[in-house]
Amino acid sequence: MSTEPRLVEVRRNVLKQNDIIAGELRQRFRAAGVYTVSLVSSPGSGKTAFLEKTLSLVGARYRVAALVGDLATENDAVRLRRSQAEVRQITTGTVCHLDATMVRGALDGWDLEELDFLFIENVGNLVCPSSYDLGEELRLVLLSVTEGEDKPLKYATIFNSADVAVITKIDLAAAVEFDWKAALANIHSVRPNMQVLRVSAKTGEGLDQWQRLLEARLG
Amino acid sequence: MHELSIATSLIEAAQEEAVKHRAAGVTAVHLRLGALSGVAKDALLFSYGLAAEGTLLQGSQLIIEEVPVMVFCAACRERRPIRSLQSFCCATCDAPATAVVQGRELEVVALEINQEVGQ
Repeated sequence: MSTEPRLVEVRRNVLKQNDIIAGELRQRFRAAGVYTVSLVSSPGSGKTAFLEKTLSLVGARYRVAALVGDLATENDAVRLRRSQAEVRQITTGTVCHLDATMVRGALDGWDLEELDFLFIENVGNLVCPSSYDLGEELRLVLLSVTEGEDKPLKYATIFNSADVAVITKIDLAAAVEFDWKAALANIHSVRPNMQVLRVSAKTGEGLDQWQRLLEARLG
Repeated sequence: MHELSIATSLIEAAQEEAVKHRAAGVTAVHLRLGALSGVAKDALLFSYGLAAEGTLLQGSQLIIEEVPVMVFCAACRERRPIRSLQSFCCATCDAPATAVVQGRELEVVALEINQEVGQ
């Protein structure tokens, strides 16, 4: 037996396996009538507080559940369970993002038919989650007023991969002299026409609009 | 930094293709990497060698073709490049760009292999 060098053409998506699983998840969610929303942001932008309010608010009228990703600890799941919603923690160890396999594993034993909304909180990170489809219908990117208006420009890819931007902690906007005009211009510069919500989990401001958006999506 | 995860998936994908083509070894992998793929070229190159260790691809070279973003501009009715990721508009007419037609690629397009021949 001998060998000879050769160039072979292939066409193969590197994340094919993830995309296949995400596609299967999306089909399962649709078949069961569950509307799935994922949340991405940097650490400390208020994802968990926003989700906690969302679960209480939306959970009053609909059947809701959540998966929360973190490198370590069950703290977020414990906190979110106060809303009475079913919550599962995904601890990723050293992995900086969720992938479709982790989501599929966490759903094990859940009857999706029993749900109207499923929320997936990604690991706090504005870089890595952008590459991975989780089978969600809607991807939110959160940006708190304390982070600075130019975050969208610095993390253009994740803003471009998301469907709706949520500006959080707006009760602090005046204190940090948040420049609304610049923030909106930056968001729309990296993602033209992107819908932007403004919320405060603390005061509840803006959550009614968020709730209406979700209810409209349920159809 | 998730490039090590990406590199591991890349090695798995390339290895499967190499086996399909009866490769005795792989000397290079050609990858198309889109500007919107969320993957950093340098970090991927760095991770590649680590991920390839102990596989059929150990010692192979990763050759990356960077793929710029292209959109379909509704105003020009043409495929156009954008100004930049920070200014996501048609480079020709400045109309806001929403229909991405290229730039999310993360795709193995060719392998350079040593193929088994004869008996």
